[in-house]
Amino acid sequence: MIVTNTETVPGMHMVKHFGLVQGSTIRAKNIGRDFMAGMKNLVGGELKGYTELLQESRDEALRRLIEQAQELGANAVVNLRFSTSSVAAGAAEILCYGTAVQVIQPPPT
Amino acid sequence: MIQIYFALALLALGLIVGSLLERAHYARIKKRERAFRDFPAMSLRQIPNAHEVSRASMRMGSVVISVDYFKRFAAGLKKLFGGEIHSYSSLLDRARREALLRLKDNCKDADLLVNLRFETCTLSNGANSNIGSVEVVAYGTAVWYRNDQREDLPPPVPTATRF
Repeated sequence: MIVTNTETVPGMHMVKHFGLVQGSTIRAKNIGRDFMAGMKNLVGGELKGYTELLQESRDEALRRLIEQAQELGANAVVNLRFSTSSVAAGAAEILCYGTAVQVIQPPPT
Repeated sequence: MIQIYFALALLALGLIVGSLLERAHYARIKKRERAFRDFPAMSLRQIPNAHEVSRASMRMGSVVISVDYFKRFAAGLKKLFGGEIHSYSSLLDRARREALLRLKDNCKDADLLVNLRFETCTLSNGANSNIGSVEVVAYGTAVWYRNDQREDLPPPVPTATRF
């Protein structure tokens, strides 16, 4: 599966269009209960645990999107966007959406 | 009385350790940015010249950074008077630059990075939270040129405009 956030896949020809696909996941952020993050907050700096947590959730959302695109028979997703919204205090939804398409190698000129 | 001393100690800890950590982080960022000087990332949506592309793939890099106790206190004071809150602008600046560097780390062998986008979200639970942290994701499409074309075409942007 080719995923890009440009309108086309550079170097490929788009032949079919399957419409919007999306994947999302909702994670509780658990801020304040995480002791290490609380300690780290005194001196500032990167909160590695949260970086990993959010990275995992984004990968999960992307995996669901790709699954959906595969079911439609697409071999690429273009114009991918990420979006985050908080649904309740302490929980965030990570959403990614894009357009599922079928692309082919252009004929040699 | 003990509570006041405790708060002052936390402020001093935040001020001293926090600014040391920030300075060290900026030094690391600048060093890595110099190393990536020849790898342009651009927010253009199309590839700026006639290179033939062999492969394109989306990559991302993300980071969660928080401010220290002293800066949070200082920002609270600054909110009374208005104006730029420097402690938060340096937080976001660090986070964006770090995220971009991680994105570039994820596609070191690519020739070009197009359609760069930043996505920011705060992790604090509302205004009265005592945690001021922010997550920044940088994502873009990494492009690999066809091997036989790498040499004989000019670089995608003039050298003077590269960073």
